[in-house]
Amino acid sequence: MKNRTEILERVKKNQPEAVPLPVITVAGSGSQDLAQKFVRALGNIGGTAIEVRDWDEIILHITDRFSPTSRWISMIPELGNPSVYTEFSKDPRMLENVSVAILEGHFGVAENGAVWITEENMGDRVLPFICEHLVLVIYASSIRDTMHQAYEYLNSSSYSFGTFIAGPSKTADIEQSLVLGAHGPKTMTVFLLKTMNK
Amino acid sequence: MKVAIFIPCYVDQFYPQVGIATLELLEKLGVSVSYPENQTCCGQPMANAGFEHLSTECNDLFVNNFTAFDHIVSPSGSCVLHIKDHLHSVQYEKDALHIRSNVFELTEFLTDVLKVSDIKSRFRHKVGFHQSCHGQRGLGLSQMSELVAPGFSKPEQLLRMVEGLELISLDRKDECCGFGGTFSVSEEAVSVKMGKDRVADHLKYGAEYITASDMSCLMHLEGILKRQKSSTKVIHIAEILNTVK
Amino acid sequence: MAESLSGSSGSDHATLATRFNKDESRVDWHDETLWFIRKKRDKAAWQIDEGEQLGETASQIKNNVLGNLYEYLLQFEENARANGIHVHWASTPEDHNKLVHEIIAKAHISRVVKSKSMLTEECHLNEYLESKGIEVIDTDLGERIVQLAGEPPSHIVLPCIHWKKEEIGDLFSRHLGTPEGNSDPQFLTTAARLHLRRHCMSSKLAITGVNFAVAETGEIVVCTSEGNADLEVQLADVHIACMGIEKIIPQRKHLGVFLRLLARSATGQPITTYSSHFRRPRSGQEMHIILVDNGRSERLGSNDFRNALKCIRCGACMNTCPVYRRSGGHSYHYAIAGPIGAILAPGLDMKQHADLPFASTLCGSCSNVCPVKIDIHDQLYKWRQVLTKNDHVSETKKSGMRAMAMVLSRPRLYAFAGGATRWLMKYLPFVISNGLNPWYKQREMPMAPKQTFSEWYLQKKKSK
Repeated sequence: MKNRTEILERVKKNQPEAVPLPVITVAGSGSQDLAQKFVRALGNIGGTAIEVRDWDEIILHITDRFSPTSRWISMIPELGNPSVYTEFSKDPRMLENVSVAILEGHFGVAENGAVWITEENMGDRVLPFICEHLVLVIYASSIRDTMHQAYEYLNSSSYSFGTFIAGPSKTADIEQSLVLGAHGPKTMTVFLLKTMNK
Repeated sequence: MKVAIFIPCYVDQFYPQVGIATLELLEKLGVSVSYPENQTCCGQPMANAGFEHLSTECNDLFVNNFTAFDHIVSPSGSCVLHIKDHLHSVQYEKDALHIRSNVFELTEFLTDVLKVSDIKSRFRHKVGFHQSCHGQRGLGLSQMSELVAPGFSKPEQLLRMVEGLELISLDRKDECCGFGGTFSVSEEAVSVKMGKDRVADHLKYGAEYITASDMSCLMHLEGILKRQKSSTKVIHIAEILNTVK
Repeated sequence: MAESLSGSSGSDHATLATRFNKDESRVDWHDETLWFIRKKRDKAAWQIDEGEQLGETASQIKNNVLGNLYEYLLQFEENARANGIHVHWASTPEDHNKLVHEIIAKAHISRVVKSKSMLTEECHLNEYLESKGIEVIDTDLGERIVQLAGEPPSHIVLPCIHWKKEEIGDLFSRHLGTPEGNSDPQFLTTAARLHLRRHCMSSKLAITGVNFAVAETGEIVVCTSEGNADLEVQLADVHIACMGIEKIIPQRKHLGVFLRLLARSATGQPITTYSSHFRRPRSGQEMHIILVDNGRSERLGSNDFRNALKCIRCGACMNTCPVYRRSGGHSYHYAIAGPIGAILAPGLDMKQHADLPFASTLCGSCSNVCPVKIDIHDQLYKWRQVLTKNDHVSETKKSGMRAMAMVLSRPRLYAFAGGATRWLMKYLPFVISNGLNPWYKQREMPMAPKQTFSEWYLQKKKSK
């Protein structure tokens, strides 16, 4: 308590005269094809974005890319059962051997290829980070241009935990050589669903 | 228009030809130039070393020498920047303000005040232009590579008017040469390494001459070039612009 | 003449940098690597439509924070507590370390994992915990490398930028059992992934830093590209987040500005892979935030130096600094190196860090790349005046400067001194050009001309 009082006293005494906050002008996206911009941005950072027409197309892609014998978890009803949902809320370590996690994101950001996803869609908070390959599905129409527009949407959101995920986990700590899959997923695929928003 | 030239201390002592070229160039361009004879130094070496508080007398001397003039011109970006930012006088603050508002580095004086569009000069050589930091980032003589902004360069604009001069491109257009005043001595290893890298950049692109608007940078680069026994020389931009056809 | 500044003889920047420069090809490698990152930053900066305006906006937000820090801190604490987060306050590094240890001890834990936090480096947390028998595993790959090597990080974003891959290969073969001679980054990273995952899996307590703390909502944001912070936190029973009090930002929407700037300034990426917003603890998990002062509240009161508190720890100033690139982070003998370190460190310990503001040519490049427009090079100049007034410069320098001030304010004395120097250079050059003269070590001295400019001018005048 002593620390708190001391720090607050010093801050109050020393802070300069207040200046107003700037107005953040959010530019319109114009007539840009945001989905295309997103696809390019994600490609530049080591992820893959695929535009699809429906859930079936997604299933085809996934079964083509990933081995069916490895452990998959899907939190999207249209793409298989969220099979072990009740089990893994107890111990996140049980998810260590998950090969593919298939989750639904809320929206994408075109300028950087990021997808916003919150706890409600993750099953367990650790799942998007612990799996070997991450698959996220968003509606193409949900893509916003920049982070400013993203936060306009998030302004009144009351998530407990949420994250922007932009591509696979990576590091360049060893002589600036880019390596994918540092701690988190080695690959990251985003499906852009072109059907109407549900 | 009453114009006085301020010749930096080390130019006065070691590179008088730069002062001579500056004087002659301005006179050629129709400017009647005075040289206050009691001038010494702008005080920058002391101030940058942390001894700003010792420069009172030096500042007053400067103010007394130059207050009577409409424009004060100097062939040194760093000295001019120092005057602009730090010339104050307890006794003569109004005069100090006048000087701060009317002091110019040579190339900006030519482009902005005299609005020179033609220089009758010839210099048939491959020249590398070293953009000195204080002139660039402090006085805005040319655009900074860090900024998202359109390019421009007042010194290069003038160099392009010189007949036969081939301006080379560099890998790092505006990296510091490493002189930095007392830094050149107190951090000798890094200072020299920075200078060597600048020299290597110019030599890579075939510079026969390295020029700049600050003789301090050139003094440092020249020291390295001579130690390397290179045939490449340094020359102040005033000397190039003053080279007759 | 190479003076050692008070309190740090032999370990001041100039000495350490000289040692660093003994291996010139290594310096070239270090310099080129960081310059490449500066170029990536430039490219990314040009991608932003608003150009410099975005940085201006960020700067103004941070200015607003400084003027309202008291209110924002209270607001943040209230909201974080309402979210179920424990909030603690620490005035000094010792207070911080004790608090962290208390939480660890209460949970009966003996091994913890930690993601990157410069604040914990500032407080020397690892050493403290280890002295109390707690094992700390740094999970960021670069940090783990320097940890295994027994060194501090040399860059706030790229901790082992000074390590070559062969050296890392050697290190890993000794500590992780990888095959000797293997220096393939992919292979080594995979080995590290397995090793660090095991630690995350078996660790019940995770420590992270904080990139941004939002007053409006009581949430914190942690940015990584590896995902180590997220992995370790989600597998832990206890999460401790450590932050300097200046990391507060007013509203959630301001994250839009800072998240657009941070990675672009740091490495040229549009955003880090993960930007995780922690608002409420994971169900069943205990979450703590420790707010640390360590001189920040005092700096807040300084007109000259308060702007340094706007720093978002992107490292762009280091990447652009021609001196940092050629001297390496360890030459700055402080948790945070480079230009920003040079204006922060003297505030904490003037004696120890008096040399840092002089490890610069004041070229100004740092101020230009700073995404929040800190006037770094102006502060370096101002620190020099403060350090001199507070007597942190050598006697030789002081008397030399007094002599200079006298000579330069007396025209006749100046002419005499100049003449004397030139006479010496001409007739007794060895007096000046010798091994004691640092200039002369690797450079030729300028030639002494026949006449000074003044002499030429006066002669010309007379002959008219």
